[in-house]
Amino acid sequence: MLIEKSVLESKRQIGEKIFQIKLRSPKIATVAKPGQFCNIKVSESDFPLLRRPFSISNVDGDSIFFVFDIHGEGTEILSQKEKGNVLDILGPLGNGFDISGDFTTAIFAAGGLGSAPFPFLAKVLGNKEIISFVGARNSSLVLQDDIPNPQIATDDGTLGYKGNVVELLSNYIVKHNLKEFRIFSCGPNPMLKALQKYSIENNFDCQISVECAMACGFGICQGCPIEASNGDGYRLVCKDGPVFNAKDVKL
Amino acid sequence: MNSIDLSTTIGSLKLKNPVLLASGTVGYGNEIAQLTDISKLGGIVTKSLSLKPRNGNPPQRIVETPSGMLNAIGLANVGVEEFVKEKIPFLKELDTAIICNIAASSIEEYVECVKILTCIETINAFEINVSCPNVKEGGLIFGNDLSSVARITEQVRAVTNKPIIIKLSPNVPNISEFASVVKNEGGDAVSAINTLVGSSFDIYTRKPKIKNITGGLSGPAIKPIAIAKVLEIKRNVDIPIIGIGGIMNWKDAAEFMIVGASAVQVGTANFINPNTGNEIVDGLIEFCDRQRIQKLTELIGSYKI
Repeated sequence: MLIEKSVLESKRQIGEKIFQIKLRSPKIATVAKPGQFCNIKVSESDFPLLRRPFSISNVDGDSIFFVFDIHGEGTEILSQKEKGNVLDILGPLGNGFDISGDFTTAIFAAGGLGSAPFPFLAKVLGNKEIISFVGARNSSLVLQDDIPNPQIATDDGTLGYKGNVVELLSNYIVKHNLKEFRIFSCGPNPMLKALQKYSIENNFDCQISVECAMACGFGICQGCPIEASNGDGYRLVCKDGPVFNAKDVKL
Repeated sequence: MNSIDLSTTIGSLKLKNPVLLASGTVGYGNEIAQLTDISKLGGIVTKSLSLKPRNGNPPQRIVETPSGMLNAIGLANVGVEEFVKEKIPFLKELDTAIICNIAASSIEEYVECVKILTCIETINAFEINVSCPNVKEGGLIFGNDLSSVARITEQVRAVTNKPIIIKLSPNVPNISEFASVVKNEGGDAVSAINTLVGSSFDIYTRKPKIKNITGGLSGPAIKPIAIAKVLEIKRNVDIPIIGIGGIMNWKDAAEFMIVGASAVQVGTANFINPNTGNEIVDGLIEFCDRQRIQKLTELIGSYKI
């Protein structure tokens, strides 16, 4: 966890109001793990006051990539940054995906901007077999760059399977009789909730990366609680997560 | 530049410099220690402790507002027992003043917490939070009532010889009367201000943006109010004041000292730049150097009206 002034190396629009930025951040790039995030200060003034958390999408040498959509004032400002601008970045934060232990196949389940962390996870998993399921509301919101073997689902059927990504995934697992896999997922809460229910019912090994508004991003403000399944109060999304075993938290 | 004396005192508490990190914005020191040099600070105020652990409020707990944020954390904390067992060993190694903030739901609970903790050598002072706006019991019920603040100060005073700082609520029309009561009952100092009660609604769902409906407003948005409250206390009561409210840089810290603060606490800024406290210390040294100020305490209450 460190603060690094990072130069914006490139910016690319990759979808409707969706951008990918590449920042030169050698110190963070060296220690980052897939599923971790950074808290970015998008302006030098007190507006907006707080940093904005973004999942690390990929790491390439000294550079880190982020993917975001224009959602509010902070991301609007971020989308206007140009090559050469310097951003103040705090990271890497959070625990990241757990890739230890035995599993033969990695299944990625991504919804909308939840595709963000998977290019980095795919890179780190190396030669492991990966099957990806990528969902979005419509074809212009599908983010599948650098995601291996993607099968697409859209709510409106404009690309791939018409329906949600959890249906697509469960159909595939049944059809191919998959065994010894681990599901890695990231996406909007309703999707994660459906996937959580499905994986718990089937006793599948499933990790969910959740999203929450936060202030500090490293555990001191206590602003991002998520209820623990075992009744033992709250976990913090920033520090105990953002990746949780699907069994461990209530969505 | 090294000849400048930055030290200050809060009653019998000696600080190497006036820059403290505020309760609830520094946890118990361990996380922020990875991002800043705590030993360079005057001290840290640990997260509000209650006798038993508290889970805190359900989400959503925070929301950003113009130049500020609302929080309703609900005093999530580990409780006195775990604090002593798990947190004190780390705090013990820090070369800075440790001020332990206590929050409670009853006067007896305040007394009990302080009674247990007063024998811990690592704790240099107590800050008594009588002004948390985000819990149903205690909190503002005490903080907005003169006789409650008087009784809490008096009874806590009876069980400890360590400096007692009472953290005052700004949600009152007459903060100096509260400071006066603290002084009369043997309190050593007051912290001013805690957060202001605020709220924020989503215009599409028409629902409050934080679950608790109201929260405590902090950040640069509240600084002018805090400055006015510190000045009010300074002009009416002879008691050391720790100034708090939207301090983002050394200029803000100097402003608080000029209107009467003997020390300051940096809060919300820690969430954005955890190194703010260190940068304020550096900024104050440079300021003194440029202004030919030998002792930083010369600033305290040096306003010209």
